[in-house]
Amino acid sequence: MSTATQPKADLAQNAAGKPVPTVVNGREQTPYLGVGRYQPTGRKAAPPISSNKDYPENGDKRVPDLETALRLCGLRDGMVISSHHHLRDGDAIALETLQTAARMGAKDLMWFPSASFPSQKPVIDLMQAGVVHHIEGSMNGPLGDYCSRGKMRGLGVLRSHGGRWQAIQDGEVHIDIAVIAAPTADPFGNATGTIGKSACGGLGFALADSIYADKVIVVTDNLVPFPCIPWQIQGNNVDYVVEVPSIGDPSKIVSGTTQITRSPDRLLIARYVAEFLRDAGIMRDGFSFQAGAGGIALAFVDYLRRMMKEAGVKARFVRGGSTKYLVDLLNEGLTGYILDGQTFDLEGVRSLATNARHVSSSPFTSYNYHGKGNIASMIDAIVLGATEVDINFNGNVVTHSDGRLLHGIGGWQNCLFAGCTILAVPSFRDRIPVIVDEVTTLTGPGELIDVVVTERGIAINPRRQDLIDATKNSRLPIKSIQQIQQEVFAICGGRPQKPKLTDRPVAVVKWVDGTVLDTVWQLEP
Amino acid sequence: MSTVTAQLAPTFSAGRSGKDVRSDLKVTFQPRTFGGIDIELNSRVSTYYGDSIRAEALDVLNQMGVVDCHLQIEDEGALPFVISARVEAAVRRAWGGKGKRVLPERTAKQTPLQRDRLRRSRLYLPGAEPKYFINAALHAPDAIILDLEDSVHPNEKDTSRLLVRNALRAVDFGSCERMVRINQLPLGLSDLEEVVPEHPDLILIPKTETPEQVIEVARKIADIKHHNAISDPIWLMPILESALGMENAFAIAKADDNVVALTIGLEDYTADLGVVKTAEGTESLYARTRLVNAAKAAGVQAIDSVFGDVADLESLHAWGLRSRAMGFEGMGCIHPGQIAVIHEAFAPTQAEIDKALKIVAAFEDAKSQGVGVVSLGSKMIDPPVVNRALKLVDRARAMNLIKPQD
Repeated sequence: MSTATQPKADLAQNAAGKPVPTVVNGREQTPYLGVGRYQPTGRKAAPPISSNKDYPENGDKRVPDLETALRLCGLRDGMVISSHHHLRDGDAIALETLQTAARMGAKDLMWFPSASFPSQKPVIDLMQAGVVHHIEGSMNGPLGDYCSRGKMRGLGVLRSHGGRWQAIQDGEVHIDIAVIAAPTADPFGNATGTIGKSACGGLGFALADSIYADKVIVVTDNLVPFPCIPWQIQGNNVDYVVEVPSIGDPSKIVSGTTQITRSPDRLLIARYVAEFLRDAGIMRDGFSFQAGAGGIALAFVDYLRRMMKEAGVKARFVRGGSTKYLVDLLNEGLTGYILDGQTFDLEGVRSLATNARHVSSSPFTSYNYHGKGNIASMIDAIVLGATEVDINFNGNVVTHSDGRLLHGIGGWQNCLFAGCTILAVPSFRDRIPVIVDEVTTLTGPGELIDVVVTERGIAINPRRQDLIDATKNSRLPIKSIQQIQQEVFAICGGRPQKPKLTDRPVAVVKWVDGTVLDTVWQLEP
Repeated sequence: MSTVTAQLAPTFSAGRSGKDVRSDLKVTFQPRTFGGIDIELNSRVSTYYGDSIRAEALDVLNQMGVVDCHLQIEDEGALPFVISARVEAAVRRAWGGKGKRVLPERTAKQTPLQRDRLRRSRLYLPGAEPKYFINAALHAPDAIILDLEDSVHPNEKDTSRLLVRNALRAVDFGSCERMVRINQLPLGLSDLEEVVPEHPDLILIPKTETPEQVIEVARKIADIKHHNAISDPIWLMPILESALGMENAFAIAKADDNVVALTIGLEDYTADLGVVKTAEGTESLYARTRLVNAAKAAGVQAIDSVFGDVADLESLHAWGLRSRAMGFEGMGCIHPGQIAVIHEAFAPTQAEIDKALKIVAAFEDAKSQGVGVVSLGSKMIDPPVVNRALKLVDRARAMNLIKPQD
């Protein structure tokens, strides 16, 4: 549990040369030791043992409202309350939970979302009122700004999706009460995201919470009689079920249709990425890839689809972030399976609900680094974005170049373990070069980032001689990363000035193994 | 200095700012009589380039001899060549269009281009929109057109001219032919004064109806080239957009040695005829065939109009195929997405290339054996067929459709 006062930070230099706090929110930290250097010991965390005698024999765990559920869960000051983000910006339940706790007089809570969204801006009021002490989870928009300005009492802790599972599993974060918004559930607590008016697809981000939290509340706006099938969340882990009229705004939960970028420059980047996979020989029968739902990623999938057809090549599986574009691949027989971490549009939701080859996955199977392997490292190629990448191929996704918190890590860090990790980025945005001398916030070590694709050229990490050799005869504009950087500096009018940051930490970036990779510093007032 | 005076003094602006604007800036210049230069900067990139933007603006003011002023800059991530063009434009507006030309460093490379080079695609870039300039060459059209005519609002002719001039010096357009579409005369003559010293590769002359118009433009260019010691040619491409223009097509093509191509503007042409422009283009069939014939008779290229529906790539492809079949050698593009489709449509087919290669090989054989008659198998090949095959092979090589060993 968090301490209420922020001690002056003791900093240690980690293996990436970054000064990082040795204590975060009262807990001792291990500075990052290098990729694969940290050896975990001990046993996994576990929730208390329960007994059937304490639960209704008829399986009906319903209580009248969220407040009753929280009271029955023993809500007290300083507790850790978790939520998931499958409902994205449409979610109403995480905020409702914290506001209910506020009405009940709770103080100094730690909110532990799998990600936060702009509609949760009112959490700022709860932090100012002392209800929420701090947030451990992605912060962007207004919350990111609040944290970046040093207004939050504790330190922000940014973790990847896999790192969040790892932290829960390893006992770094103990969840007192998990509140799981569910598009469909039964009175026993079995829950699914595939159906219901607020359908969101999978519920994988809430799985660890349901397994490891002391108390678990399922909140649904579509209660069905037992059994709720498929039970993505198992009722055997659930304490209470609350029925509400609405868990969120369906129009913001999934988009009706996801849109491919129309920017010619971004389309060019997407085409280069697809051609790179083809020319490097990665696109071959039985291969696998992952791409998100960003504009470039969607366009990449569309280009790759055409090239796969032309070459008569099929993928064994693809991982998403599923969208219409991945569903098209599946329906055309161009992939055997979709392993879906989160579902972005209606086509994706429909497909997950009806196609047995479209399977929901969780951060445990896909991303957890403290397991016996995961899917991410078995994927041949993954296409990612970044806010910055430096000439040593280190990547930043969490802060804007001026140091402001901008994005969560998502699955980004976990995906770096793929066979070929590609960052698809414009070479500059609004005159701000994307290829920098040193990233503002280290989120991914350069040794794991293989290729940077921009509209001005493709840079291959010199560590990947195999990829350099494989694309020797390609017509693609392959250049050194320094060459692209210099071209961009020439266009933008020289090297940019360095943003001024204070020496006061406001958040830390965790590596996939729970060690501290870098520090986010408070902005100049 | 009192605020009242400051508010009463007139201001002069150039450029655009706002949430939807990218890579541009709005400069507001307020001349003063004392107090030195005061620059007020608001920029979304001030953290990184704030000092650079101020220095750039100050440099332009110094070069123009401004001593006292208030300069307000609302910047949306404009590149240096845009900043200097906008500051110069604002000051010039205050001075009734006069003022020293402040040129950015010339970084773009200057290589003279062949008169009969490939002109399959030419990408129109609105001259008032710098954001489209920067990455245009990455999409690999054969040419880019910095447009000062129809895409530029009448109130922005003066500012766009400076922007296009600076772009010719500072933007790397790669291997693209750098074309400028000037305004109709007499406004077009002022455009020439600003852009010709930066030697664009080609000038498009809009709404050309008579050979005299071409001659006037050619004379003006020759004059400016002489003053600026430019010896490389600047080619001309008249755009025929009226019934009268079509009637004079051959004379226009022959009006000056630097004319390398004729092209057609179908929007204006169909309006002149009073007919509806269709995707099939039956209404302009006569004009297009006539233009092709006139161009070939004069020994210049025939280039087709633009295709307006950027979302309909299939119809564009069909149009391109018909256009090539009629004798056109290229088209205009209004979106980078059209470029690849047009290149594909204007490429000879593999069967055409194979056949032409065989004929060329037979021709080379006959030549080396000193035989006058070229034959392929049992068939004799006429000289015009040989010539066509030679041309096709040349073109296919230029399009990278033939591997070097073939």
